[in-house]
Amino acid sequence: MTRERLSGWGRTTPTIAEVQNPTSEDAVAQELSLATGAIARGLGRSYGDAAQLSGGVVLLNRALGGIGAIAADGVVTIGAGVSIEELLNVTIPLGWFIPVTPGTRQVTLGGAIAADVHGKNHHRDGSLGDHVLEMRLVTPRGSFTISPTIEPELFWATIGGMGLTGIVTMVTLRLHKIETDKVLVDTTRFGDLDAVMAAMVAGDDDYRYSVAWVDCMTKGATMGRAILTRGEHATRRDLEQTSLVAPGPARLHVPFNAPSGLLNPLSIRAFNELWFRSAPQHREGEEQSLGTFFHPLDGVSDWNRLYGRRGFVQYQFAVADAQAEVVVRAIERLSSSGVPSFLAVLKRFGPANHGLLSFPISGWTLALDLPVGPSALPGVLDDLDEMVIEAGGRVYLAKDSRLSPEAVRVMYPRLPEFLEIKNRIDPRHQLASDLARRLHLVGK
Amino acid sequence: MENAFGQPQNVVILGGSSDIARAITKKLCAARAHTVILAGRNQTLLDEAAREALDYGASKTDTVIFDAEDVTSARGAVASAFEKAGDHVDLVIMAVGLLGHQVHDQSDVAAATRMMSINLTWPVAALTEARNRLVAQGSGRILVMSSVAAVRVRSSAYLYGGAKAGLDRLCQGMADSLAGTGVSLQLVRPGAVRTRMTEGLAEVPFTTGVNEVAATVIKGLSSADAVIWSPPILKYVYLILRHLPRPIWRKVMDR
Repeated sequence: MTRERLSGWGRTTPTIAEVQNPTSEDAVAQELSLATGAIARGLGRSYGDAAQLSGGVVLLNRALGGIGAIAADGVVTIGAGVSIEELLNVTIPLGWFIPVTPGTRQVTLGGAIAADVHGKNHHRDGSLGDHVLEMRLVTPRGSFTISPTIEPELFWATIGGMGLTGIVTMVTLRLHKIETDKVLVDTTRFGDLDAVMAAMVAGDDDYRYSVAWVDCMTKGATMGRAILTRGEHATRRDLEQTSLVAPGPARLHVPFNAPSGLLNPLSIRAFNELWFRSAPQHREGEEQSLGTFFHPLDGVSDWNRLYGRRGFVQYQFAVADAQAEVVVRAIERLSSSGVPSFLAVLKRFGPANHGLLSFPISGWTLALDLPVGPSALPGVLDDLDEMVIEAGGRVYLAKDSRLSPEAVRVMYPRLPEFLEIKNRIDPRHQLASDLARRLHLVGK
Repeated sequence: MENAFGQPQNVVILGGSSDIARAITKKLCAARAHTVILAGRNQTLLDEAAREALDYGASKTDTVIFDAEDVTSARGAVASAFEKAGDHVDLVIMAVGLLGHQVHDQSDVAAATRMMSINLTWPVAALTEARNRLVAQGSGRILVMSSVAAVRVRSSAYLYGGAKAGLDRLCQGMADSLAGTGVSLQLVRPGAVRTRMTEGLAEVPFTTGVNEVAATVIKGLSSADAVIWSPPILKYVYLILRHLPRPIWRKVMDR
């Protein structure tokens, strides 16, 4: 047992906790029974305070490993501490891909379930929770096998439940068959936001994967200029030479914390200009490796250190199709306030699943990376909360580090159901995190 | 829990009815402060401050009474404030202090001792208890109201300045002792501020209102600055004043 300082990927609000590294489901149950407060933690990729617990016990899931044999239909059982990178290293050479991947391979399956992660294919395939057939969950009331048919209430409270219903130890899901390790990518540049959104509405259904990068630093006619990339897994017929090789580890790393002001309006504007100019006006059928297409940021480990000592926050919200103008207004609000935003990602969501706190809802989602520092930022984000709430939308908890308890209650109308289930399996309120305390998700 | 911008939710304010503390409390409540526990000497003033906190957005307030002349009351006052706050305290503000009447106090042993008790001994006792509790919690902040008077002690207020100097230096060491505990301590060094405490005194350069101090403090909370100067320019003014030769210092400051 060690006392460690833990924070999320955004490196804000670190707190000290006792860190345990249980190696089996029984060990997890044992640790949980002894703890007055505990939360599971994987690779610490949630941006805010979801996987830390000040003064409590943090149960690392990394020793809960193991990847079972892959059945003919792609069904596989995996330890919850296995990362997507580790999983892909095994499955890609055998011709299988994970059905949903977020923008990084450096997350564990347990963490991916707690956040109910989505990827570039949400408009078609839903989020990770939609592909989970079964899992093992350790709660203060005992250890359970849960699935959409066995204990469905607890299952859908756990999908997207931010780890607050227990510790996931094992996951069974169905993989997606691939013939090659390449994606065929179509890239198009758009001069403004309306144009790219129209193109996404018109054409996303023709592609399995689609995402747009939006420049939030330009004003006026070019406000929200964007690069749209869409792709499909390449089949054997598409390529002259085929291979099935898993993406390699990060080649670059950031050796020290950059000065806090490195990412400022000027440098971000310059970067955005470069990125926008370097994209082709229109290109079809470009071969990209799985790693390049799905996990571009994994090429540099510790890229969060570029934001300096004060760290950064990510703001990701979702609104229905009918409220698409909130996306426009949010970007306008940011670009007019001079708050710099690096990498704004725009994507269409398909229908929501049954996860009580699962984030995706049918419509649009926009994710923004924002360095901490500008004094206007807290107020601007509070304003965006109001816009999102008025539009019936919500903010992604796995990215959050600054919402208020009141806002979350309106954004997630099924929260009372979630809390009822949580209180049933956790009557002594042992499962908690700094996020849960901040957003009043833990009864007391 | 505090959020990514250093905005606390649960706050304990020792000396909660002072004008500066009230101005800070209002701004904290307008952001994310949810639970505010106000400790002080005068119930009526504390109740007033508590009502104000609710007006500005707090959802829960409570008060604790203590006497800063009685050092033995410090531990209990802090313990009671933490219990009333409930789960987790994000921020403890130490705003206990008394300017006193130098001309009278300097020739009266009891009065001089009283100045030390209120401005130094009681705060140190209370900070010790708060430190223990926050370290056990694994996170939290302490904000200590010092003064520019602590930087170089003037003859015309050496009891107040001297006690604040003791508190200020002690807290610098306490801040360093907290490295790696998840807890941090910041000092606030305001210049002259228009408050009840300074009413009737002649106004000196760089005098500000309480709202300006509060705004500077709120900004400082989102930084890692060990010392928050208010107004910020005093940092540089005192860089010079601190090193003035004594005869000139006396001429400039001891009027």
